[in-house]
Amino acid sequence: MLLSVQDLHVRVEGKELLKGINLSMEYGEIVAIMGHNASGKTTLALTLAGFPQYQVSEGKILFEGEDVTSKSIDERARMGMALAFQSPPAIRGIKLGHMISLSAGMNPWQPKPGDDPELPKKILSKVNLEPEKYLDREVNVGFSGGERKRSELAQIFAMRPKLMILDEPDSGVDIDSLKVLGNSLQEYFRTEKCSMMIITHHRHILQYLKPSRMHILSGGKIALTGSYEELMPKIEELGYERLIKEAANE
Amino acid sequence: MSDEWRKKYRLEALQAVTKRSAYGNDIDLSDFVTFPKGGADLDEDVKRRSLEVGVDLEGKKGGTYFQVDHSVLLSQLASRIKGVEMLPTDEALNKYEWLRGYYWKALSVSQDKYTAIAELRQTKGYFIRSAPNEKVDQPIQACLYIGTGGVLQAPHNIIIAEEGSELNVITGCTADSRAKTVAHVGVSEFYVKKNATLVFTMIHSWSDEAYVRPRTGVIVEEGGTFISNYVMIKPVRDIQSYPTAHLVGNGAKAKFNSIIYASKDSIIDLGNRIYLMAEGTSGESIFKVVSTGTSKVYNRGQIIGQNRNTKGHLECRGMILCPTSSITAIPELVAEHSDTELSHEAAIGRLQEEQLHYLMARGIQPEQAIGVLVKGFLDPGLPGLPERLQEEIRSKLALLERKSSPQEPC
Repeated sequence: MLLSVQDLHVRVEGKELLKGINLSMEYGEIVAIMGHNASGKTTLALTLAGFPQYQVSEGKILFEGEDVTSKSIDERARMGMALAFQSPPAIRGIKLGHMISLSAGMNPWQPKPGDDPELPKKILSKVNLEPEKYLDREVNVGFSGGERKRSELAQIFAMRPKLMILDEPDSGVDIDSLKVLGNSLQEYFRTEKCSMMIITHHRHILQYLKPSRMHILSGGKIALTGSYEELMPKIEELGYERLIKEAANE
Repeated sequence: MSDEWRKKYRLEALQAVTKRSAYGNDIDLSDFVTFPKGGADLDEDVKRRSLEVGVDLEGKKGGTYFQVDHSVLLSQLASRIKGVEMLPTDEALNKYEWLRGYYWKALSVSQDKYTAIAELRQTKGYFIRSAPNEKVDQPIQACLYIGTGGVLQAPHNIIIAEEGSELNVITGCTADSRAKTVAHVGVSEFYVKKNATLVFTMIHSWSDEAYVRPRTGVIVEEGGTFISNYVMIKPVRDIQSYPTAHLVGNGAKAKFNSIIYASKDSIIDLGNRIYLMAEGTSGESIFKVVSTGTSKVYNRGQIIGQNRNTKGHLECRGMILCPTSSITAIPELVAEHSDTELSHEAAIGRLQEEQLHYLMARGIQPEQAIGVLVKGFLDPGLPGLPERLQEEIRSKLALLERKSSPQEPC
């Protein structure tokens, strides 16, 4: 098993935001996490990535069988967990090309033998960002929504992770960018067989990456679990609130 | 140099030898000597330190002026570069009588005890002049090096960019790591003539025990541009400087960019003053600083708008890495005309945790991530500075990326 989340309770500034999450993921599996705003989706993503303000008060996270609950953000990343941020910060003075090299574990200012200096270029092409234009751009500075999401993908592709946690990769992007994002993720999944946890509100991105399972979060808990074929039409028909209510009544 | 014509400056200086500077700690210079025994040779350490401040003694990069303590060791003069002349100041003053008209004209010899001492105990300095309408591609490099402990170095530098010329000067000031307490009170006078451009880049790399009081005056004539790039990333005992630019000709421009990494217990008090004297003049000062250790940084800035259609902007961006260090921004805007537009912007804060976590989420260890962010924050992106020089400054900042760690600086 790649990931096992057991009875996970998380507090932020004293307030409990996750109230006992249990889920698991296999190698090469795609899982979708859906739910209305403030249901705990991003909290789950940032807790898995190890952000210290998200304090685990109960439960644990196992990655490849190892307890990572108290490991730092960078340790988890180096173990193979990569988070694509929903709203990544802009960083002045750091070039996107350098950030991609750093994500790949290289030091762009002090290359070692064996480092591939062409890697940033190759990866930018994979996400349809013209290298000539984007290599020297400062990370996320003045980027549009779609450009930010593509820059996120470029960085986590460079990490060659075992698990991608994609926090709303399809929010705030236009239809063209969605296509690019969907196709590049699809291609990456096909070639690398990397597991993906996709957090989303909509079905859009899931048309490219069909999950084997979906979890619907509500109030910091998993309210419903099912297959894409089973749950997606119901979400679209009833919305999260009614679907969860009806499921509870059943 | 005991010429009669200098007598008035010496007399004036004598009146000011105890006059405290308006800013900074008062340094007692009486124990420093101006004529030490011996002196440093051009050994490997000297070469290495010179390279650190961007001066290549192999002389591949342009004209080179090299002063150790008080002796000019190397002066591959401007015969090599068309359109530029470079001489030790005392020789130039003997050679050209007209140069006396530039001596102590951009600042006053009686400004404070440091200008006074620089006159009374002067130790060489360089004179650089670009001929009219010459666009000098190669940067001219000068290095002032203190190789002996207990030495006071007091050079008097004069740069003249003649009408329509373009001149790019890189000066490195450094002290031998083996030399204990040293002092530097260099005087610099810059004259930018009509439609000329002078880009002056100063890289300071002093030692932990260096007391530094440079005094600089700039006069920019009609349509002229003065750009100053100042970089200091090594610790210093105590530095205070407040270069002042006088924009006397219509449409003249001045821009000061400063990049400071303040570490250990350095005391750094730096500012720029720009007088927008003529019509249509504009001035800008951008100061970026990262403070660590128990360093104390003061950034002063003053722009005085005195004529119509003038514009000035002051900016201070500070990142404070250690709670034991401090950064104080003191911007002053003085409008003496109704048609002047002056602004300032200052933002000082700690390293943004969000950015640090972002880099860590890419697997970058926190020590390296801080170094990368600090480097990014200080990244020169200096307008008017050739890309090659930008890269040189970046490569110096890259040292920070390797050295910084959250434990070390605090």
